[in-house]
Amino acid sequence: MHELSIAQSIVDIVGQYVPPAEQERVRKITVRIGAMAGVVPDSLEFCFTAVIHHTPLAEAVMEIEHVPFTVSCHSCNSTSETEPGLALCPLCGSVDTKVKSGTELQVVSIDVDEALTGAP
Amino acid sequence: MSVITIERKVLEKNDEVARQNRELFDDNGIFVLNMVSSPGAGKTSILERTLEEIREKLRIAVIEGDVQTDLDARRVAKYNVPVVQIVTRGSCHLEANLVQEALGSLKMDNIDLLIIENVGNLVCPSNYDLGEAMKVVVASTTEGDDKPLKYPAMFRNASVLIINKIDLLPYLPCDLATLKDNAMKINPSLKVFEISCTTKQGITSWCEWLLENARQKPAS
Repeated sequence: MHELSIAQSIVDIVGQYVPPAEQERVRKITVRIGAMAGVVPDSLEFCFTAVIHHTPLAEAVMEIEHVPFTVSCHSCNSTSETEPGLALCPLCGSVDTKVKSGTELQVVSIDVDEALTGAP
Repeated sequence: MSVITIERKVLEKNDEVARQNRELFDDNGIFVLNMVSSPGAGKTSILERTLEEIREKLRIAVIEGDVQTDLDARRVAKYNVPVVQIVTRGSCHLEANLVQEALGSLKMDNIDLLIIENVGNLVCPSNYDLGEAMKVVVASTTEGDDKPLKYPAMFRNASVLIINKIDLLPYLPCDLATLKDNAMKINPSLKVFEISCTTKQGITSWCEWLLENARQKPAS
């Protein structure tokens, strides 16, 4: 239920790179979300559209890069995808594992329409 | 089209404030716990039993987080320890900046142990570092034995699991061994305490662990 404040944080971060006067040119914001980031992608997209409504970013779309939950196993030296949160290695059943990916919650990049901008 | 590469954490602002909090705790030698659970698991009752047991032995302060009311802070204040209530007014979790503001009302050089009772919620608080030394997750037997599997992030990010309401086990379809087993599948390094706030079973060993950890933390 905190997707709204996360959507706002994403917009705030975009604002640090593209000033409000230039934000109409933002076409796409790419966000990376791990399977165990505690964020519901559908809900985040909904909140994002609510946050950008009637702002210079209104035309921007959010693209989500999904990252699976993977663990690396110290017993059998493997890295495998598993059910989000489970510490068990799906190959050998060991619990001696470390989370390799799946907790990400990052803003990856912003696509800006050059035809309209003097910015980079 | 040009692409601006950012690669930044969405919650970096929270993480930065959490880092400042942690620095302040370290400077003052304060052992800080962030207590999380679903609503009604017994966080405040555990706090009450804990205060009864060790408030004479440690200088304890409490930060209470709730969506609404200061009922919990009033319960804790009866034990004559400094307590600050944070009312989030709808927000489902505490954030580091709310804790930072609350710290302004506490005498930092006069605390050994600070317990932050988060908003009752097994989802959102797991994302927000407050600057604590560790998270303590409370699971009560009335919630069933499958909670760790349903809310893995919280159990994964916690260091301690308190299983509360064990006095009710005879009346519930909750299997203690299954509950622990499920928790271990998520986080094998969890330190587990089984307690009852009603019969006070297990409270002493939890408090001994607390005393040991809080005393190990001298000011840097």
